[in-house]
Amino acid sequence: MGSVATAPHAHAGHAHDAHHHEESFVSKYVFSQDHKMISKQYLITAIVMAVVAVIMSIIFRLQLAWPGESFAFTSFFLGEKWAPNGVLDPNMYLGLVTIHGTIMVFFVLTGGLSGTFSNLLIPLQVGARDMASGFLNMLSYWFFFLSSVLMLASLYVEGGPASAGWTVYPPLSALPQSIPGSGAGMTLWLVSMAIFIASALLGGLNYVVTVLNLRTKGMKMTRMPLTIWAFFVTAVLGILSFPVLLSAALLLLMDRSLGTSFYLSEIHVAGEALDHVGGSPILFQHLFWFLGHPEVYIVLLPALGITSEVIATNARKPIFGYRAMIGSILAIGFLSFIVWGHHMFLTGMNPFLGSVFVFTTLLIAIPSAVKVFNYLTTLWRGNLVMSPAMLFSIGLVATFIAGGLTGIILADSALDINVHDTYFVVAHFHIVMGMSAIFGMFAGIYHWFPKMYGKMMNTKLGYAHFWLTFVAAFGVFFPMHFIGLAGAPRRYYSYTEFPMFDGVVDLNVLVTIFAILGALAQILFLYNFFYSVFRGPKAVQNPWKGNTLEWTTPVEHIHGNWPGAIPTVHRWPYDYSKPGKAEDFVPQTVPLEHGEEEEHG
Amino acid sequence: MTKLLILLVLVLAILAVAQLARVYELTSKLRGKREEDISPADNRMNATLWWVFMVVYYAFFFWLMWAYGDKMLPVAASEHGVALDALLNFNWVILFIVFFITNTLLFWFAGKYAYRADRKAYYYAHNNKLELVWTVVPAAFLAVIIIFGLRTWQDITGPASPDALQVELYAKQFDWTARYPGEDGILGATDFRLINGDNPLGIVTKESITKRLAELAADKAEIDSTLHHAILPDGKVDELHAQMAKIDRQAARIVNLRTMMEQDMAEKGDASAYAHGADDVVIKEFHLPLRKEVNLLIRSRDVIHSAYIPHMRAQMNAVPGMTTSFKMVPTISTDSMRLVMKDEAFDFILLCNKICGASHYNMQMPLVVEEQGTYDAWYAEARKKPFQAPPMAAAPAPPAAAPTADSTSTTVDSTATAALKP
Repeated sequence: MGSVATAPHAHAGHAHDAHHHEESFVSKYVFSQDHKMISKQYLITAIVMAVVAVIMSIIFRLQLAWPGESFAFTSFFLGEKWAPNGVLDPNMYLGLVTIHGTIMVFFVLTGGLSGTFSNLLIPLQVGARDMASGFLNMLSYWFFFLSSVLMLASLYVEGGPASAGWTVYPPLSALPQSIPGSGAGMTLWLVSMAIFIASALLGGLNYVVTVLNLRTKGMKMTRMPLTIWAFFVTAVLGILSFPVLLSAALLLLMDRSLGTSFYLSEIHVAGEALDHVGGSPILFQHLFWFLGHPEVYIVLLPALGITSEVIATNARKPIFGYRAMIGSILAIGFLSFIVWGHHMFLTGMNPFLGSVFVFTTLLIAIPSAVKVFNYLTTLWRGNLVMSPAMLFSIGLVATFIAGGLTGIILADSALDINVHDTYFVVAHFHIVMGMSAIFGMFAGIYHWFPKMYGKMMNTKLGYAHFWLTFVAAFGVFFPMHFIGLAGAPRRYYSYTEFPMFDGVVDLNVLVTIFAILGALAQILFLYNFFYSVFRGPKAVQNPWKGNTLEWTTPVEHIHGNWPGAIPTVHRWPYDYSKPGKAEDFVPQTVPLEHGEEEEHG
Repeated sequence: MTKLLILLVLVLAILAVAQLARVYELTSKLRGKREEDISPADNRMNATLWWVFMVVYYAFFFWLMWAYGDKMLPVAASEHGVALDALLNFNWVILFIVFFITNTLLFWFAGKYAYRADRKAYYYAHNNKLELVWTVVPAAFLAVIIIFGLRTWQDITGPASPDALQVELYAKQFDWTARYPGEDGILGATDFRLINGDNPLGIVTKESITKRLAELAADKAEIDSTLHHAILPDGKVDELHAQMAKIDRQAARIVNLRTMMEQDMAEKGDASAYAHGADDVVIKEFHLPLRKEVNLLIRSRDVIHSAYIPHMRAQMNAVPGMTTSFKMVPTISTDSMRLVMKDEAFDFILLCNKICGASHYNMQMPLVVEEQGTYDAWYAEARKKPFQAPPMAAAPAPPAAAPTADSTSTTVDSTATAALKP
């Protein structure tokens, strides 16, 4: 069969069948270089990490709702050391908050989301046999795996895990005297993140090269599905910003271990004046947020890309404003690099510099608004198939609206004075980044599950999962705006020490109840997912009647993706319900009819 | 025990859900339905649910406004705070309008256009005029938001007037200390190496330098004597030598500081920053006079903290190694605010709003805003008292693995030790 797999598999097996090499268990399931298998490895790892992070959030939500109460749930997971008599320890509270954030942002929504779907979809949707480098791709996953293991291991060291918040601002993160989690736990955090960054870079380089070089005949950049555009820009953002975090982490490691003073100056802690002089903790914040803000879009753009694809397919209607969508992805990607200072309005930064960041930050609202209006217009007069993926995609638009609008408040430096680091911020970023990205991830899983596993997931359970999750998401994060507007700071172990917060403490109970509901709803998903992997009904080749190339590959995974020649692309991916066509979709591989105009969106 | 029961109930609930799902699946299999298919009934049900959700969503929103609207921060008690609240309300109006329009369209479309086999979607791929409209209209609204926002920001962050009262807020794990200038109206220079029990802010004066050098010399002598008189393992000997070297380094730097101080005072006389520390008032109370501009100078001893006074709409980070500032004019006294809040016990609170360690959640100091006369009387009283570290009963001790002061520490710092010991 002509030009099969580009990846070298000469060592594996001798029996060749028509399509692929027979492989050993290790080369097929463990050190696989096949992008489809690697994408599944990313997904399963991310699911495990997400379960850990959700359990953490339930533990600290219990504490916040009923401070000082004893919980068997808490002591079951933390033991007597960190939960004496079932009451969460304040240091461990900060540790859980820190690791919950780290895992969710990096391991679930960066590694899990981008890793899973960039790997699965880039070769399949641009028409490539595999990634540009299967070996680097495998390395990228195993670095990710190693960093996940190290991050989980950091939970078990003396002194507990890193506890300085997921932003690990020094000096708190640099001085074990200031918080026990800044001992071995913090070292492991930094090492884990360094390895994670290596993984993200290997993956990102691979995605960029694959998109640029391995597109099939006819797949012009302006014929690529919006998923690929989103993954492509995401990868570029990662390549440009993650190295900065690596340097920030290395300097912090040196301050911690080698006595340098990049971030430390004039500190008197635990009854002792330290030798460090001349550094600045603010330098770390600049370096951190130079990654940290693009990171928000590294998390969000893939979700938006998935949503664009899922909405168009299930609305049986072209995505409205294809080129405007590409333009807004590029604009968001570019602007994300010049807004980082809006996290630092209150650090004593020059107020004029703050003004510049206000301006650039609010500019991002424009491409974001364009995206929302284009989604709305795509839904308008569509023929919406209510698949679970479609529900999650529409849900994403709702969370993107609700969370995006409060971003306008936070980006306004004057208003930020009074809501900075309060629960208002927690509400904002959990809705716009956390919920939107996780909804995008669920949409992707439900939509491409047939492609990943050759099976179908149960739709009814998917509905129950979506509606419970959707209600819980707003139940958890909507009231947090009110807690924040009452002035309640984030990262507080309890609010009982301040009479001024008495009025909103019962909202914390409401939030926790919804959080528990939301966590329980994920059990439906896990059951549906794993049951369907093994016992789900067999999928057909193109279950959602999609136009893109992945639905032209066989249901059974084969090396090289297409048994014969790679298909040629003749049109853009959004010819749904095109007038004059019998079917309501026209795959990209169908040549233009005589006299047919090609649509460019 | 009840908690155990709750856990049990949760586990059983999970099992029940899983079993129900299983039963449901089996029965529908028996009825010959394919669960992975999306039936017309599914489309109808979800379409209705979008509309139901929209109603519930808005109802939840209004319920929160109704039930908790009066529990948000009350009227701003500072001059800029009033302007800031007006800006916030202006923003809310715009955002609420956009919120309701976009969400209503979203949920309306989601419900209205659910799939019907007899209908075909409207093929509508692009319209540049529309794209232009929803680029330009948001841009125009944002321009207004930016202009109003930056104008307020400029007013708030502009330089304080020269005759503003200077008050320092000094943060450390896990409490606040205030410093008021003496008669000269100017806060003296500080150096972190001078910090000790009597001088928690490290104020530079001839006396504080002499005293600190003597302390270091005594510490060194003690280590020296230990080295001479005790039989110690090699590791301990090295450690003590390192400590002595560190004391020498610190002492050398303090001697440098003294030279600089002496030169500066010789050159500038009373204008020298070093000439103002002796009469500073260091106190664990925070009072401000009503309707007088105050320039808060904010510093930190150890990690980053953030000085946040919600009722004043005032916040600025406390960053070790640098001084930040925030100026404001309190416009409502504590007494008036108690009337407004109908709460005799009400206090303005300065709290920490940047994660700083185990007791971050209880790092607070009440702020008393009072008429100039009352303030003057308090200030006169405060000047008479030497600095007294109050008992640290307030800080709840972290139960496990608390950061305890190193017993071999060469510096004796009563406040720091008190704060850190459980």
